[in-house]
Amino acid sequence: MISREEILHQRTPAYGVRIRPEAVTAWSFLLPTLLLLLVLAVYPLGYAFILSMTDAQVSGPAHFVGLQNFVRLLRTAIFTLTLSNTIWYTLGAVAAKLVLGLVLALVLAQRAPGMRWIRGAVLIPWVVPTSLAMLAWTWMFDSTYSVINWVLMHLGAIAEPIAWLGAPRLARLAVVLVNVWSGLPFFGINFLAGLVTIPQELYEAGTVDGAGPIVRFRHITLPLLRPVLATVLLFSVVMTSSDFATVFVLTKGGPQNTTQILATLAFKLGLATGDLGNAAAISLYLFPILAISTYVQVRLMRRVWQW
Amino acid sequence: MVRSSRRRVAIAYLTAAPFVIFAVFPFIWMLVASLKQDVELYDLAQNPFLVRAGITWEHYHFLFTHTAFPLWLRNSTVVAATTTVVSVVLAVLAAYALARLRFPLAEATTTFVFIVYLVPTTLLFLPLARLMALFHLSNTLWSLIVTYPAFMVPFATWMLTAYFTTIPRDVEESALVDGCTRAGALRHVVLPLARPGIITAALFGFTLAYSEFIYSLTFISTTDLKTVTTGVVVDLIRGDFFYWGSLMGGALVASLPVVVLFSLFLDHYVAGLTAGAVRG
Repeated sequence: MISREEILHQRTPAYGVRIRPEAVTAWSFLLPTLLLLLVLAVYPLGYAFILSMTDAQVSGPAHFVGLQNFVRLLRTAIFTLTLSNTIWYTLGAVAAKLVLGLVLALVLAQRAPGMRWIRGAVLIPWVVPTSLAMLAWTWMFDSTYSVINWVLMHLGAIAEPIAWLGAPRLARLAVVLVNVWSGLPFFGINFLAGLVTIPQELYEAGTVDGAGPIVRFRHITLPLLRPVLATVLLFSVVMTSSDFATVFVLTKGGPQNTTQILATLAFKLGLATGDLGNAAAISLYLFPILAISTYVQVRLMRRVWQW
Repeated sequence: MVRSSRRRVAIAYLTAAPFVIFAVFPFIWMLVASLKQDVELYDLAQNPFLVRAGITWEHYHFLFTHTAFPLWLRNSTVVAATTTVVSVVLAVLAAYALARLRFPLAEATTTFVFIVYLVPTTLLFLPLARLMALFHLSNTLWSLIVTYPAFMVPFATWMLTAYFTTIPRDVEESALVDGCTRAGALRHVVLPLARPGIITAALFGFTLAYSEFIYSLTFISTTDLKTVTTGVVVDLIRGDFFYWGSLMGGALVASLPVVVLFSLFLDHYVAGLTAGAVRG
C-alpha cells in the first residue's frame, strides 16, 4: 500500500513539470506563423540546398552530384565574372549609401519649416516599387533619348551622346547609382533616427571645450551612431547582394554579362534554360553573406537585450 | 537673431535641394513622358524639358483600353490586400506570444523569426516555384497569396513584438485578474492600445506585397494574371519596341496607390523604416 503522503509526495514533482497553461496559449498563438515559415521559408531553403547538389532539370530524373555544381561553377568564366560583379556592386553601393546616408541624415536633422515634407519627398524612392521606378531610369539612360545626355551635351561636358547601359564601365556605374537611389532613404532615415537620440548637451559641452564641427562629428556623432551604423550596414549588405529588380530591369545583366549579379544569373539559368541544379547553386553562393550577417546581427541583438 | 535663423533655414533648404531633386526627378520625368505626344517625345531637336505641342492623354487611353493594365492593378491590389490581412492577423498572435507570454524557447523562437526575415526572396524563388507546381498553384494568384505572407509575417511579427513591449503590463494584468482570458485581454485591452503599431505593420505589409517582383515574375506567365510590377515591366514591351509614353504612364499610375498611402501615413512609414523594414 502506498501511503497518502507518498502520493502527495509523488504528485509534487508531477505538478512542477505540468505544462503551464501560459505555454499552451503561447504555442497556439505561434503555431500558424511557425507552420507558415517552416513550409514556405525553411523547407524551400533546405530544398534549394538539395537541388544545388543534383543535376535537376525542369523535367526528367535528377541525380545526386554532390558539390560538383559549386566546384564547376568556379571554373566557369560567366560565373566568376558574376561573382566579382556581385561583390563590387555590393561594396560600391553600400559604401556610397553609407557616406551619402550620413550626409542626408545631417541635412534632414536641420530645423526649417516644411522639413517633414522634405523628409517625405526623400523617402519616395523607397516607397515606390523598385521594378517600376527602374523603368524611369531605363528611359533616362536611353541611348538615344537620354535626358542626362541632353543636359551634359548642353552644358558642354560631352560632345556625343553616351550609351549609358551599352558600355561595361558605364553600365556598372549606372546600376550602382540606381541602387543607391532606391536604398538611400533607408540609410538616411535610420541615421536620422539615431542622430536625434544623441543628447544635445554633449555637443554643447564639446563646443565649450573648443571642439569644431568636424571634431564633434568624429568624436561625438560617429561613436554614438555606431549601433545604428552596424545594423543598417548588415541589413543593406544582405539586401544589396541579393538584389534582383534593379539589374533585371535596367540591363538584364548586359552588356556581355558585365552587370550580371548572382540573382539575375540564377533566374536566367533556372527559368530560361531550366538548369535548376546550377541555378540553385548560384543563388546559394549568397548564403555565406547571409549567414555571417545574420550571425553578427543576432549577437548584436543579444547585447541590446542584456542591457 | 532673426537674420541668423533665416540664414540657417536657407542653408537647410539649399543642402536638402540636391537630395530632393535626386529622389523625385525620375517621377517628374515619368509624368512628362507620359503626357507628351509621340512626335515630340522622340524629337531630338526639342528641349526635352518643355511640352510645346500640348499635352495628350493618348498614352493613358492606350494603357487602359488596349492593354491588361486595369487587370494588373486589380490583381496587385487583391493580392496585397488579402496577404496584408492574413499576415497582420498571424503576426499579432505571434508577436503577443513573444512579447508577453512566458514559455520555454521564447528567445529561440524570436531569433528564428528574425533569421527568417533576413532570408532574401532571391534565395527562395526557385524551390518555391517547384513547390507551387507541386501544389498545382503555378500561374494562379493563389501562388502569390500563399507565398507573400512568408516574407511579410516575419517582419510584421518583429515590428509588433517591439511595439507590444512598449505597452504597460498593468492594464492587461488587471483585465486578467478580472477573469479575462489571454485571448480576451489581447482583443479588448492590447489591440486598441496597439493600433498605431498595427497600422504601421499593415502599411508596410501592403507596400512590400504590392512591390514584390521576383515571385510574381517566376510563378505567373499568363498576361491577365500578372501583377502590376511584372505586367508593366514585362508585357508592355513588345519585342524591342518600347511604348515609352504608356510605359511611363503605367509605372506612374501603378505607383500611385502606395504613394497615396505613404503621403497619408508619413509618420507611420518613418516609424516602420527605423524598425528595420528593408525590402524583402
